[in-house]
Amino acid sequence: MEPPLFRRLTVSAVTTAPFPVKRAPTRAAGPRVVRNPVWVRVLFMTLALGFVGIFLVLPLVAVFGEALRKGLGAYFKAFADSDARSAIRLTLTAAAIAVPSNLAFGIAASWCIAKFNFRGKSLLTTLIDLPFAVSPVISGLIYVLVFGAQGWLGPYLGAGDHPCFGEWFNQQDIKIIFAVPGIVLATIFVTFPFVARELIPLMQAQGSDEEYAALTLGANGWQTFWHVTLPNIKWGLFYGVILCNARAMGEFGAVSVVSGHIRGETNTMPLHIEILYNEYNFVAAFAVSSLLAMLGLVTLVLKSFIEWRHQRVRPANVTA
Amino acid sequence: MNFKTLVLAALAVAAASAATAKSIELLNVSYDPTRELYVDYNAAFAKYWKAKTGDDVVVKQSHGGSGKQARSIIDGLQADVATLALAADIDALYDNAKLLPADWQKRLPNNSTPYTSTIVFLVRKGNPKGIKDWNDLVKPGVSVVTPNPKTSGGARWNYLAAWAYAKHRYGSDSAAQKFVAALYKNVPVLDSGARGSTTTFVQRAIGDVAISWENEAFLALKEFGADKFEVIVPSLSILAEPPVAVVDKVVKKKGTADVAKAYLEYLYSDEGQEIAGRNFYRPRNAAIAAKYASVFPQLQLVTIDAEFGGWTTAQKAHFAEGGVFDQIYAK
Repeated sequence: MEPPLFRRLTVSAVTTAPFPVKRAPTRAAGPRVVRNPVWVRVLFMTLALGFVGIFLVLPLVAVFGEALRKGLGAYFKAFADSDARSAIRLTLTAAAIAVPSNLAFGIAASWCIAKFNFRGKSLLTTLIDLPFAVSPVISGLIYVLVFGAQGWLGPYLGAGDHPCFGEWFNQQDIKIIFAVPGIVLATIFVTFPFVARELIPLMQAQGSDEEYAALTLGANGWQTFWHVTLPNIKWGLFYGVILCNARAMGEFGAVSVVSGHIRGETNTMPLHIEILYNEYNFVAAFAVSSLLAMLGLVTLVLKSFIEWRHQRVRPANVTA
Repeated sequence: MNFKTLVLAALAVAAASAATAKSIELLNVSYDPTRELYVDYNAAFAKYWKAKTGDDVVVKQSHGGSGKQARSIIDGLQADVATLALAADIDALYDNAKLLPADWQKRLPNNSTPYTSTIVFLVRKGNPKGIKDWNDLVKPGVSVVTPNPKTSGGARWNYLAAWAYAKHRYGSDSAAQKFVAALYKNVPVLDSGARGSTTTFVQRAIGDVAISWENEAFLALKEFGADKFEVIVPSLSILAEPPVAVVDKVVKKKGTADVAKAYLEYLYSDEGQEIAGRNFYRPRNAAIAAKYASVFPQLQLVTIDAEFGGWTTAQKAHFAEGGVFDQIYAK
């Protein structure tokens, strides 16, 4: 739906146009806006649709096509494999830990940044973007360098030789990298900015007036947050969580570095897909890919739904 | 749906974590092309061990480029056994982290290599570029697929086989270097592991010839049909000895020393050797090797010890930072 402001602008643009506007003679009456020549519109439409078709729809169709090439039986066999199940379980576990962690962090960080002024605020804002700025491989290597047997903390975790307390530390067996905790850490790291990035602009735009009002009316901090701040940001928050979840399930690079690739133990879905593909098991590879793609599609549908809800709710809020 | 319920549901999912069953578990960290071999072998060993001791043993597998896998073990990947592409990568476990003794290679027969392989060519059906031997690979217009020797063990064997051929044919190291440099000029992509390289050639249809492990080439034939590819055996190649070793420090901590040792020893048994032969690795056991003689063509095989003075020397001269490979590839 076109917002009214936009319509007003286009109409005035026509009435104040300095040049006579050439009109298509048989065109039915409608909003009289400046029209591009037909061939320009056709060209751009073709380009845009062609691009979408070749780069988005075609690969998606190919994924499902390849997955179903040998029939539904072969398709479902891919999920009967215990390694595939463990990969799906691990991906869901990692996302189930990473997303709530980043939800909590994202709310806290954007609350601080949007509602308060403090020293180092711009530094914090910049740091939040760090995972977007560095390559996922580096995100993974950071954890190898810190927790690896040759790393800074590795020797304290029983992963290698500790120079002073040798035996005692060596008997500890705290696995971080090449185990589930490392995968979760890497996932949290790469998905860390999504929620905060979504909330900061929203909270900044909303300002702190409503919170002040609540405080003057006698609400305590928690009540203010739960009854004033949270309802205001909930759709933005939900949107951030969905993006965060999509990336958490799909992350390949950082997780690949810290995984150790142990089948049935530290392989996530994207890593399992790579293995299947490399084992010439194309149907299974595409079957698991299609599941991941479907999770992505569900995410997109949810996203559109939220945007639609958001647009419907917004004007009501404004008029209220 | 209520927003609060959603948040609570998310937290509940986070709190639930999967419980894992307890049994003897070994981790075999291996290189790229051994996936199918160890799937077969692990099942056979589990059966043997169950019959012998009554214990259940589950062997987990991890595969990747040999050098990368060694690096992961050094960084703390808890491998009970390392079955890598070449001795230098297991030497690295001693050099960098003292995870096993320096003389690890003397602990099992045949330099700790229960099976061998060699380097051959995989070409497209009908051999359109007429590739017969190594000197056909340096011809202009021939596109050669081989992985990166920095990360892949197989790639190092490929490189050294080409070098050995040129040295035998043209008589000097400098001629060999020129030959290998010319060969790498014909390489359009350097994948990080042997399997990646095979998929590049087979699946993405890049290149006229892939230099490959013999077992990898036969596996591609088996998977995609002999009507699509052909294996070409050069006049001379290298005897590739992919060694196996127990990682002492890990098994000591995990208490798996006995079963890990038995796991590697059983590779030398008749059944282990059979499985190797079935998966296109050349068995060490003469009787079993004879059974597979029709599969594996005869050719002149040189060894790394005789030709290059062993892995340590070859590694330093050719693949270390600033070594011969860096020099020819930078040009």
